[in-house]
Amino acid sequence: MRTAISTLDVRSVATVQDAVAVMRDEARVPIAGATDLFVALNFGTLASRRFLDIWRIEELRRIAVNGDVLMIGALATYTDLIRSPVIAARLPMLAEASRLVGGPQIQNRGTIGGNIANASPAGDSLPVLAAVDATVVLRSAAGERRAAFNGFYTGYRESVRRADELIVAVEIPAVSGRQWFRKVGTRAAQAISKVVIAGVRDDRTVRIALGSVAPTVVRARRTEEALGAGASIDEAVQLLRDEIVPIDDIRSTAGYRRLVSGNLVRRFLTDTQ
Amino acid sequence: MRLTLNGEARDAVSAPMSRLLDVLREEFGLTGTKEGCGEGECGACTVLIDGAPVCSCLVPLAQVDGANVQTIEGLGDDHPLQHEFMNEVGAQCGICTPGMIMAALSLGENPTLDDIKVALAGNLCRCTGYAAIYRAIMKANAR
Repeated sequence: MRTAISTLDVRSVATVQDAVAVMRDEARVPIAGATDLFVALNFGTLASRRFLDIWRIEELRRIAVNGDVLMIGALATYTDLIRSPVIAARLPMLAEASRLVGGPQIQNRGTIGGNIANASPAGDSLPVLAAVDATVVLRSAAGERRAAFNGFYTGYRESVRRADELIVAVEIPAVSGRQWFRKVGTRAAQAISKVVIAGVRDDRTVRIALGSVAPTVVRARRTEEALGAGASIDEAVQLLRDEIVPIDDIRSTAGYRRLVSGNLVRRFLTDTQ
Repeated sequence: MRLTLNGEARDAVSAPMSRLLDVLREEFGLTGTKEGCGEGECGACTVLIDGAPVCSCLVPLAQVDGANVQTIEGLGDDHPLQHEFMNEVGAQCGICTPGMIMAALSLGENPTLDDIKVALAGNLCRCTGYAAIYRAIMKANAR
């Protein structure tokens, strides 16, 4: 049954400064595009009753390059990412991932910060952030700190973000080499991934990240290291299938995910040879 | 809460975490916007906020304070999309139709079939099939 609306309390803020001041004093869940949060509300599985509406914080919509670092504000929507010339030039696989999130209605509201905060192992943008060794920028009333995206999640839907911290941006160092992204779902639009993968390959290194194959998004470190040491594609595929820990759920099976993940890695390594 | 609804300034008194969908239907009596899945998968509740299509079942009222909201009622009775959906029989049960038309409004001039498919990727129809819907949108844009 849907959560009773009358039991919910929301405050709206227009600046990061106001947001972190509220979060210092009160336990409130930030609400951006609401594309995940309101699904929980409609299902009656919403755990919180107190919210902080941050949708109007314009300063968090910015996408910019500072030196070598690409900075994406937490409230950049998937539509913003699809349309951004900066993303197209520096991180085209993030635009590709964004085009495969939901449909246009969801892309107009869903944000990259929300995808990070929601912490689903199936989040479509997350393997991209893992593959490029992104950094999450967190702000609280006490100040700002940075957390490596690989290491941000500590378990299923758990992260190092403290309750008084707001995700304000994600930073991405310069990416050299080929970028490669694939999502496997029941259909192209409006599907949650069965397996989602992002890869980066340059002359020296291969980076591979996968979603929906473990409790959190993961980097395939053993496979990467083996490839760095000269493993063949066949060896890498086998290693990858052993390395991931997918489960059976309503969207797919562990066996299918293992098979497809290996196939995707084979295609990535072949396409980028 | 004050918003511009189909071109008119309106005050909303529903609770701030109310779904925009419910505010439209229950407070303003605009029942053209339909509820399908209630989870952002079907697009039946699509409206435009500041010109962009969104699922009104996933928007809290608090977030449209000051915004410009357009619903199917805002089109009046004589819009080319409405005529062509009838002419091409782009509707059977009709539940998905308002959402389809609102999503189609975001298309630029002379869209290709591919453009239309992308624009409508977030809208499900379970009875007409999509061919008649795509045809209706093509013809409406050619008018």
